[in-house]
Amino acid sequence: MLLRYIARRLVLVVPVALGVTLLAFFSIHLVPGDPARTFLGDRATPQTVAALHRAWGLDHPIPVQYWLFMDRLFHGNLGQSLYYQSSVAGLIISRLPVTLLLLAYAAAGAVLISVPLALAAARRPDGIADQAVRAVGIVGIGMPSFWVGTILIIVLALHAGLFPVAGYGSSLPGHLWSLVLPGLTVAISIAPMLVRSLRTAMIDALNSDYVAFARAKGAGGTAVLLRYGLRNASISAVSILGINIGFLVGGTLVIENVFALPGLGSLMVQSVLDRDFPVVQGITLIFAVIVVLVYLLTDVAYALLDPRVRLG
Amino acid sequence: MSAPSLELPAIAPAARTAARHRRVPPSLIAGAIILGLIVAAAIAAPLITSYNPDQQDLSHVLAGPSAQHWLGTDQLGRDVWSRLVYGARTDLQVAFIAVLSPFALGSLLGVLAGYFGGWLDGVIMRLADVVVAFPFYVLVILLVFVLGPGTRSIYIAITVVSWVSYARIVRGETQVAREQEYVLSARIAGLGRTRIILRHILPNVITQAIVFAMSDIVLDILAIVTLGYLGLGIPPPTPDWGSMMASGQEFLTTHWELATIPGIAVVITGLGLSLLGDGLADVLRVE
Repeated sequence: MLLRYIARRLVLVVPVALGVTLLAFFSIHLVPGDPARTFLGDRATPQTVAALHRAWGLDHPIPVQYWLFMDRLFHGNLGQSLYYQSSVAGLIISRLPVTLLLLAYAAAGAVLISVPLALAAARRPDGIADQAVRAVGIVGIGMPSFWVGTILIIVLALHAGLFPVAGYGSSLPGHLWSLVLPGLTVAISIAPMLVRSLRTAMIDALNSDYVAFARAKGAGGTAVLLRYGLRNASISAVSILGINIGFLVGGTLVIENVFALPGLGSLMVQSVLDRDFPVVQGITLIFAVIVVLVYLLTDVAYALLDPRVRLG
Repeated sequence: MSAPSLELPAIAPAARTAARHRRVPPSLIAGAIILGLIVAAAIAAPLITSYNPDQQDLSHVLAGPSAQHWLGTDQLGRDVWSRLVYGARTDLQVAFIAVLSPFALGSLLGVLAGYFGGWLDGVIMRLADVVVAFPFYVLVILLVFVLGPGTRSIYIAITVVSWVSYARIVRGETQVAREQEYVLSARIAGLGRTRIILRHILPNVITQAIVFAMSDIVLDILAIVTLGYLGLGIPPPTPDWGSMMASGQEFLTTHWELATIPGIAVVITGLGLSLLGDGLADVLRVE
């Protein structure tokens, strides 16, 4: 049953994956004028422009170009950087671990911040705690993530001296320690959204028949809250986080730039400034792959935890 | 601060609905006041500032707050208060314009998908799936990059990315409205599809999109200042809160206020818009 669900879910990935590659491919044709000339700059010789035309297959009709693009993609070839003497795939692989680690920190931090707040709020809807959490959330949702990062740098790194101001450290412990503040920053900036969805999910759980039954059997308020509220909330937290993976990835992209971390997000922004199209295109594709994979994993995990999904 | 969307004490739902008709939600008032003040300051920018925001004064760089410069000067000797107020002008204007086209495009596609269903619905929704497969900032940065710097690119990028939410909201509402009696009777009366969609369905399904637009503007402002911060937004020297914070980043140890004050302006603007949105949702949700 589960296998059939996974198979059905995988089939749904195909059109999205196709669309993603189409959009990434067509982005070069949105460039005003001749893309090769635009990216190489005014000082490029006609020979280098012509060479780039050949390398990118721009001389072929568009359907053939897409075919060539997909053919290269299936061979793991994302093209050659215009700025670095390196393949795009190589650059991405060297930067990927930092971004994945930061994503993990941010996801863990977001759950640790949001679940207690949502629990406190859901305990008595419209009570004082709920109003306070909602008020904090409404302020929090308008905070630019890089601004949160700047404040944390000023307070926790410059004044308290607890964390490095920026950079990725030198050894493994240094790496792990240097990601705490960036991870916290991303976690704080997506927490308001997470708390809002979680609160609703928890209030629904606490209003359900099985909780009423537990209460009728004499279970106390805290016991119900922890046993039913928290347990269900943890499952919802993972799925809500999964649905919001795009925001999580976007957050890490911006925050890597604040803390000068050598990840994909800082490479993407730097490559835009360097006008390094193949790198920007490659990173766009990788980020989309991460999102599509996480959507898929979230759905499968949900089906594992909740039999109604795979039977339905 | 008044708590947002204050509920009335638990009274019977009917009485509550009736009471809501009379009472304007406090969050609506608070939001309108906050936003009103910011918009007024942006419009009256030349009246409440005494310096040109781009005027450099290299003999007075990085000066602290004083009677002449309320918030001090930046690394080029420009008055921070003036840049902040003119920055409100830039960022609010761009954000308000940026929210319009995804609202229009998304609502239109949503109503068409919801009304006609079938292959049209399939195509529009698969397109939406593709767009949300990209993280918001990734797609916006890619588009701003290929389209070239400038506000026009920002508008296009935000439109391509944000229409999806509107389309999904309006599509769902339309699917419900399509089966309602007023639509059926309009159809029986022999009205054309265009007329039914534009005159009968759209006015009823658009409210949810309007409510969403209020929170969407907050996201757009964040996107605009974030692009500015990353150096990919509104080109300098136009004052923009994001680029102000980016250039203040170098002086964190000595002048932390340069990188933080524009952020406070963003937060207050976001707060005003969120409160306004919450209040509006309360008013419009009255059945």
